[in-house]
Amino acid sequence: MTELTKQDRPEHPMVKAEGVRKSYGQVEVLKGIDLEVKQGEVFCLIGPSGSGKSTFLRCINHLEKINGGFLSVDGELVGYRQKGDRLYELKDREVAVKRQDIGMVFQRFNLFPHMTAMQNIIEAPVQVKGESRADARQRAMALLERVGLADKAASYPSQLSGGQQQRVAIARALAMKPKLMLFDEPTSALDPELVGDVLDVMRDLAREGMTMIVVTHEMGFAREVGDALVFMDGGVVVESGHPREVLTNPQHERTRAFLSKVL
Amino acid sequence: MNSPDQGVTKQPARPESIKAVPVRHPGRWAGAVVIVVLIAMLLHALFYNKAFQWDVVGKYLFDSSITNGLVVTLELTALSMVMGLVGGVLLAVMRLSPNPLLSGVAWLYIWIFRGTPVLVQLVFWNFLGALWPTLSIGIPFGPEFWSGSTNTLIPVFTAALLGLGLNEAAYMAEIVRGGIQSVDEGQAEASHALGMSRFTTMRRIVLPQAMRVIIPPTGNETISMLKTTSLVSVIALEELFRAGQNIYSRTFETIPLLITVSLWYLFLTSVLTVGQYYVERYYARGSNRALPPTPIQRIRALFQGRHTPPAPPVVNPGVHGGGNFS
Repeated sequence: MTELTKQDRPEHPMVKAEGVRKSYGQVEVLKGIDLEVKQGEVFCLIGPSGSGKSTFLRCINHLEKINGGFLSVDGELVGYRQKGDRLYELKDREVAVKRQDIGMVFQRFNLFPHMTAMQNIIEAPVQVKGESRADARQRAMALLERVGLADKAASYPSQLSGGQQQRVAIARALAMKPKLMLFDEPTSALDPELVGDVLDVMRDLAREGMTMIVVTHEMGFAREVGDALVFMDGGVVVESGHPREVLTNPQHERTRAFLSKVL
Repeated sequence: MNSPDQGVTKQPARPESIKAVPVRHPGRWAGAVVIVVLIAMLLHALFYNKAFQWDVVGKYLFDSSITNGLVVTLELTALSMVMGLVGGVLLAVMRLSPNPLLSGVAWLYIWIFRGTPVLVQLVFWNFLGALWPTLSIGIPFGPEFWSGSTNTLIPVFTAALLGLGLNEAAYMAEIVRGGIQSVDEGQAEASHALGMSRFTTMRRIVLPQAMRVIIPPTGNETISMLKTTSLVSVIALEELFRAGQNIYSRTFETIPLLITVSLWYLFLTSVLTVGQYYVERYYARGSNRALPPTPIQRIRALFQGRHTPPAPPVVNPGVHGGGNFS
């Protein structure tokens, strides 16, 4: 309640989760997640592997269907439409429309290998939004400049380093002008000396006020850039708060055990 | 670095280049001699055995009935491959569908059409009239609006096309399915996350990448199809082989006509092989850091005075077809 800047905007939260559950067959991966991501916030998710943090991230843009609870993005339910008391599943096309506003960056980059960096970036704006090729190219060039890769527009992903690929992937997500960006361990597959460049781009993005949810192992980044942090373990939120508080003074035993291993 | 020519003073540190007697390979020489003798024998046989009747081969090479048969062969190859490709993509998508009825039907289709000989299928389609003398359009199990004789509705060319095309679809389905499954799942996920629909994702992201895996076997299938069309001679469709047969059954010039026909098949498969090479190159973009030059590019480079062997695969941007990375 101390952050007046966030209170100035009495809008609904960007992401709101209440009792979100997800299971694969018999295995329950998410056992009731409650959290709230405010607009313009950098929200960090940490936790051991298998804790469900990546799964939760994928639920937000409906790459995974939730089995229970309530999940909304920018005030609208994810994957469903509510009419009276009934929920109606959204058609594939309607889900696709909602995904346009949510950018996602993957651990393994997932650039399209048969397209150049430029083609990767303009693909969705041209194919999905029907933007003209010339306009899309112009914006893509600006985005490439922003991530420091203006000279790599004609390169194929196989000709780029991991760090460069990830920065192209960020530019590709930004080309859809999203209101929310999801980062799924964006630096985990990178050589240590390449991590910095990617984090710099993310830092700039945060400074410009982008709402970001970041699943990460980079505690330094979380401490420096994060506005909120959640520690997940075994499919539940164990502890949440401001990154500096949670990381320096964890209240929970499991948080302490985890942090002692990674810090 | 400075050019080594400019340094007049010799560096003592640099060792003399090695002058050694290379290893001799007497076995290679002996083998070469044997092969040269065999080639000489073969050429001698080809030109001195009158039974080959090379003049007859030449006479019929551009004979109108042969070239007409050639056109039928080409039409049949092209149309059945189109049928095979379209049917194959459809069946592959069906087989990968989460709907068990769709995937089951696709499985059954592939099982039947891949499990019986194409020759039998051809004859079967040709005798469809024996099974159903008339074909009709109407409401299933209800009234008929229109009907006609099967034998007039399915002439021999259509029967041949059905036989070859439906059989090919079963093979192409497996090739396409393998291609689609070879594409990393992350690709479709990234595409969906950008808001692209299933259809756009398949068309723009998955299939183009699957093509790299699909193209080489499809090229083989096309070459194989070109030769398989000769099977339709059994249902009396006058394609290339049947045209040759018709002539030699009349003139008894069997061997020269078989050579005439073979020369045409060889020529067509050669053209297809060259086409396949360039199509494969196109779909390999982005997968190799630099594509090796094509044979034509190598020859041109040679004439431009670069007599060094083209060892490092540098794509010369000035040479035709090298604009992949510009």
